Parts: sequence; C-alpha cells; structure tokens
Amino acid sequence: MKPVIEVEDVVTRFGERTIHDGVNLHINQNEIYAILGESGSGKSVLMKEMIMLLQPNAGKISVLGHHLKGISHKDAHELRTEWGVLFQFGALFSSLTIAENIEVQLKEYTNLSKMMRANLVRSKLALVGLDPHVGALYPAELSGGMIKRAALARALAMEPCLLFLDEPTSGLDPIGARNFDALIVELRDLLGITVVIITHDLDSIFSIVNRMAVLADKHVVAEGTLENVLQSKHPFVEAFFKNDYTKERFKEKIKDV
Amino acid sequence: MKKVFLAYEDHQEYLKLISKGEWNLESVRQIEKKLRTTPCNKKIIWDVSDVRVFDSAGVLLFIEYYERFQKEVQIEVIGYTDKQKEMYELLTKDLDALPPPRKVRLLESIGRQTYEMMYDVYDFVTFLGHLAFTFLYILKRPKNFRIKEIVYHIHQSGFNALIIIALTSFLVGMVISYQGSVQLAKFGADMFIVDTVAISITRELGPMITAIVIAGRSGSAYTAEIGAMKITEEIAAMRTMGFDPYAFLVLPRVIALMIALPLLIFFSDIVGILGGMVASDIQLGISFTQFTDRLYEVLEVKHYILGMIKGPVFAFIIASVGCFRGFQVSDNTESIGLHTTASVVNSIFLVIAFDALFSVLYTELGL
Repeated sequence: MKPVIEVEDVVTRFGERTIHDGVNLHINQNEIYAILGESGSGKSVLMKEMIMLLQPNAGKISVLGHHLKGISHKDAHELRTEWGVLFQFGALFSSLTIAENIEVQLKEYTNLSKMMRANLVRSKLALVGLDPHVGALYPAELSGGMIKRAALARALAMEPCLLFLDEPTSGLDPIGARNFDALIVELRDLLGITVVIITHDLDSIFSIVNRMAVLADKHVVAEGTLENVLQSKHPFVEAFFKNDYTKERFKEKIKDV
Repeated sequence: MKKVFLAYEDHQEYLKLISKGEWNLESVRQIEKKLRTTPCNKKIIWDVSDVRVFDSAGVLLFIEYYERFQKEVQIEVIGYTDKQKEMYELLTKDLDALPPPRKVRLLESIGRQTYEMMYDVYDFVTFLGHLAFTFLYILKRPKNFRIKEIVYHIHQSGFNALIIIALTSFLVGMVISYQGSVQLAKFGADMFIVDTVAISITRELGPMITAIVIAGRSGSAYTAEIGAMKITEEIAAMRTMGFDPYAFLVLPRVIALMIALPLLIFFSDIVGILGGMVASDIQLGISFTQFTDRLYEVLEVKHYILGMIKGPVFAFIIASVGCFRGFQVSDNTESIGLHTTASVVNSIFLVIAFDALFSVLYTELGL
C-alpha cells in the first residue's frame, strides 16, 4: 500500500541555523503516527512543511500522492479540503462562535442547506464530546480543554482522511488527556483516517501511537513501532524512554525489549 | 543591633579576614561596603568557617573580592565546607560560560538597518504581487467576491468615521477661512476668501485630512486585527483550510476602503466649505447667500474631481500598508505595537508623498 505521506531528504534552514539535514519518513494509511523529539528539533517545522505553511529548502514531501513542491493552485486547494489540522492552541477564529468556526468550511465549500449544516455542526460537537450549547459561545469563553475539542471538531468538519494534531494533549489535565487519546483512537477506527501527532506525552506514545519518528540532531534517529524505536541507542532515545521514571511507569511495555 | 558580617585580625605578616553570620541577598550590599575598605598591603587569610548561611549572592560577592584581592596580594582561604566549595565551583563555571556581550558597531547597525529596509520594500512588492494575483483570480470567479465582508468594512471604516471626519474638516475649513480673511482684508479682497477656501479644500485639504484620519483610524486597526490573528495562528489555520488570507482578509479591506474613502472625501469637502462659510460670516460678514453665489462662480467641477481622483489611490495605500504590516507581525505582542506604529507612519508618509506627486502632475498637465 502506498504511504499517505512521504518525506524524503528534507533540508530546512532558517538563516544560518539548520533545522533538518536530510529527514526521511513515511506514514501509512490508517495509522496513528507520532513525531517526537526535544524542543527545537523541528517537529512543528516538519509538520508545517507537510501542511504547506512552510517550504523546505531541499527535499521532497508528498501528501496523499501530491508532491508539495510546485503543486498547482487547484491541487493545493483540493488537498487542503482533504485534511484537518489541530493547532497547538486551537487557532479558532476569535471573531466567530464555535458553531460558526466548525461551519465555516462547509459554508464556503459545499452547497449544503443551512439546516443540514447546523445538524453537521451538532454531530461534530457531539463527536468530540461537547455540549450543543457550546456552539453559541466564542472561543474566548471556553476553557483550554474545550478549545482543543472545538478545534478538533473544526478540523473534522470536512470529513478529512488525514488529521494533523500539534501537541493535542499538552495543557490538558491527565484525565482530559486520556479521554482525548481515546477520542483520537475512536475517530481513527470510526472514520478510517490517518493521524499525525506531534507529542511529548508518554502516555499517548505508549498507548495509542502505532508508529513514530524521533527527530534529533537534524535527522530522524529512530523510526517505526515502539519496539523498533526502543532498540535505538541514540542519547535522546535513551534519555526519553529509558530514564528511571519512564522505566518504572511503563514497566511491562519496556521490559519485553 | 547591627549585625557583624566581617571582622579583621591584624597580625604581623598577614591580615586575617573573618566572615561571619549570613552572607545572603539581604546582607551582601552591607558586606560589600565593608569589604571595599579592606586594606591590601600584605597577605590575606580569609576565614569563612563562621559563616552560617551562604547563598549564591554571598558566594558571588566572595568570588568577586577573592579575585580582586588575588590581583594585589597573596590570599588563602580557610575553613570552607564541601558544600560551599561545590557552590563556588558551580558559580565560577557559570561565570566562564557566560558569552561576552556582542558589540554592534555603528557601521554594522547601519548596514543591518539598510538591509532590513530593503527587505521591507522587497516584501511589500511581493505582497502587492500576491494581492494582484488574488484580485485577478477572483475576477475570474466573481461569486468568490466577499460582498458581506466588503460591506462590513465600508461600515466600519467609512460610515463610523463620519463624525470624526466632519469635526476635523469643519475645523480646518474654519482655520483656513480665519487665517485667509485677515490677509485678504488688508487688500480689501474679502470676497476672495470663497476661492481660497473652496479650492484649497476640494483640491488638497479634503482628500488629505480624510486620508490622514483614516490612516490613523482604520490603517492601524487593519494592522492590529491581522497581527493578532497571526499571533493566535488563525492565519495559519485559514491557510490549511484553503482560505487564502489575501482573498478573505486583505482584498475586502482594500476594496472597502477604496469605495469608502472617496465618499468620505466628498463629505469632508462639504463640511470643510461649510466651516469656511461660518468663519467668513463671523470674520468678514460675508453672508451664506453671498458665499454660495460666489462659490457657484469660482468652484469649477474640475477642482472637485481632481481632489476625488486621489481618494482611491490614498485608500489603496492605507489599506495595503495596513494589511502588509499586519502580516509582518511576528510571534509576540510587542511586535503588534511596533507594526501598528510603522503602519500609520508609513501610510501617512506615503499619502503625503503621493499628494505631492499629484500636485506636480496636475501642475505639469496644466490642470
């Protein structure tokens, strides 16, 4: 099966600072794929390159079969309606209510009736576990966890086949974070979507992620399933997965490696 | 009671410095005053065994004076604990790690600023190109024109500005009339006040005042709105959803202002002349009827039209500079302020520069 996202030899520089120096990875259909790495290792930059907010200096990225470099206006537009993006802080449009935020793409790109749109909005709110009355509120009136859920609802509005999540559980309480993880798995199984996550959350990594890539030293130093990654001897992998806390916390998962 | 932090024991061949009590953030200033007066003429033995509390400020002070004494005389430290030594090592290590502050030379800073300014111009040209592309793209698909947003912005930056425009124009009209009438009365050319007021307002002042007020009012608002959206990643979110920010944010504002500004100028012309009329009635006793009669004779339509032509141009400058600066906002709140200031300053300067250009053009064309 052809991978959903392929990243080949990507090089990114900001001025004299090199962020990526030949990054390679591929993401398969219907998997939950995590991008890990310490802060400043270019996880968010890599994701921004995948969603066409930034362009790499060299290398090739293809998403859903489109090469992003030199992509035509029309193809780019098509691609943008096929994915959903959840930003770290939600990035809900502050001048619109939650319902309008979820509705905005439907209104723009489809000719559904008003009634139908309202129903869709309600179903999305229910899907992410928000009360229907939240729809009438503005983003500023919501708590951090609710904003994440509302932003996820917006990302799902166009029934995407690919979902990008930038630190979905950061800033959530532990219980909220686990619920969010469960929600992501549920969505993956229910809607058959592919999920790309940037995360630091060990619980998410150990429980829901299928495969992952570890970014460090400008490269992908380990890629694959948890077992594969744990075999890496790279200092970051050692420090991240094999410290005393992690070892103790996830005993049964780590011990069989 | 005053606490003692430092004591001396003067021996034959050395001076014994005895540190006592608490060497911490609260006491260091007091200790330093004392330390400064320590004589440096023979070997110093520094006994720190009596120090009860040592925090990093105390250790730093110790290091500073240890190094200072070391340059002058022989020095020996006794009575320190392992913990103090550890702290000492930690702090001296950090001091070494501190990079020397980089000096920016005058030439370098001039060069850097020139480079940045050039890049600004380059970016602005790119911005205009993108705007033109979006405009053409939307012309081909007229149903993508965002009429609702355009109307909203006409209301916001046009209609809501009526009062402030009326007030400023009225006052400027009055001032021109007052100042002019004093001079004209000397020649007994009272009636020419009508020419002065009418022509200067319609040709120059009406468009200019309106543009400056709008630049301060709406140009800055555009920058702040777009800048805030950029910080909260709303713009990035729009892009990923396939909403081109140029089509959704910039174009409606530019078009709305290009429609609203000429209308405001028309309004400003009327109110400005009215102001002149009131002032000349008070100052020179020219009645409203006399004023209007004279107005019909001297104010050709061309003056009004020449003033109006500037409207869309000024509007384009204000709206595009405002939006452009908004997009330049980087990821901190301070840059919203900086770019809003830059936006207003740039657009007012450009408005005045283009006004001068129009003047030259009109004169050369004999209009």
